[in-house]
Amino acid sequence: MSEELTDDEGRELDAAFFVRWLTAAAEAVDREADQLTELDSPIGDADHGGNMRRGFFAVRDALGSEPPGTPGAVLMLAGRTLVSTVGGASGPLYGTLLRRTGKALGDAGQVSEKELAGALRTGVDAVAQLAGASEGDKTMLDALLPAVGALSEGHGLAAASTAAERGAEATTPLQARKGRASYLGERSIGHQDPGATSSALLLAALAQTAALGVSGTEAENGTGAESGEAGRTANGGA
Amino acid sequence: MAQDKRVGIVLVSHSKEVADSVAALALGLAGVPEAPVTGAGGLPGGGLGTSAELITEAAHRMDSGAGVALLVDLGSAVLTVKSLLAEGDELPEPARLVDAPLVEGAVAAVVTAAGGADLETVAAAAEEAYAYRKL
Repeated sequence: MSEELTDDEGRELDAAFFVRWLTAAAEAVDREADQLTELDSPIGDADHGGNMRRGFFAVRDALGSEPPGTPGAVLMLAGRTLVSTVGGASGPLYGTLLRRTGKALGDAGQVSEKELAGALRTGVDAVAQLAGASEGDKTMLDALLPAVGALSEGHGLAAASTAAERGAEATTPLQARKGRASYLGERSIGHQDPGATSSALLLAALAQTAALGVSGTEAENGTGAESGEAGRTANGGA
Repeated sequence: MAQDKRVGIVLVSHSKEVADSVAALALGLAGVPEAPVTGAGGLPGGGLGTSAELITEAAHRMDSGAGVALLVDLGSAVLTVKSLLAEGDELPEPARLVDAPLVEGAVAAVVTAAGGADLETVAAAAEEAYAYRKL
């Protein structure tokens, strides 16, 4: 146990943590669904909010009725559920993100933030490969890549959330090169990308869940103050 | 060539009507009303979109042991089939995403599959449809 605690930042994330994250993500998606659809109206087909809400509600229900025992299994079930319920491109994209991240975590009962960072990198790379997209194409990768970049530099989940938020905002002046928005050419300029925005929401939910501590309530140990600060930062960014 | 082991063809579109109509069109033009082709379009409850469940169900229904060719329209249809293939155990073996125009590719695929060709030949016939120029 003490060996695990000295692994990196000392925080070990278990299956229950990942269930709390995805439940928080479902709440965030539900809260922001109208905004996501509004962003998707000028450059997409105005279904991103509804699609994400349907998918993440299904994830929340699947995890609530039969929560798997490991972080990897939680993410793989969530990913599979998104693929089968979303109905738009975000289904296979977020489904691939969570499934590949989960697969990379293996069958460990607990994972460190460092291990999660590495697994998320694998998941994001798989999304890039599936979509054939890269940074600057005005897609969810413009939020996800800066986030995993911040994580792999050891800046932690709150910084990753901030990086995702800034990455999403930075899609506004870009011209879309992937997806339906790319048909609009220059007319896609001046709109924030809905996929990058929902990606930032998921990262914010992750940072906030981590800031709440191991038990899901306010952390009661010495790291509580630091985590609480991270939570406010993430809130402020979202 | 055994007629009970023909390549199955699944046509994936955001629209149920498009998928089913292209299947009917391909059958009609191929002149083989019993060929294993079906649409997998739209969302299960109606509406435009792509459903992994409908695609998976259609692929298993069309599979008779010779494999399944999937032709798609665009966007999430492409991504959903790609991610189902990447998952490994969702679709029958062998299953293949065919890089072809939906309508022209479907006609070529159904004609070729009805003659008992294998999956690779069916896919190649559908992909050749890109070379059919109209001007």
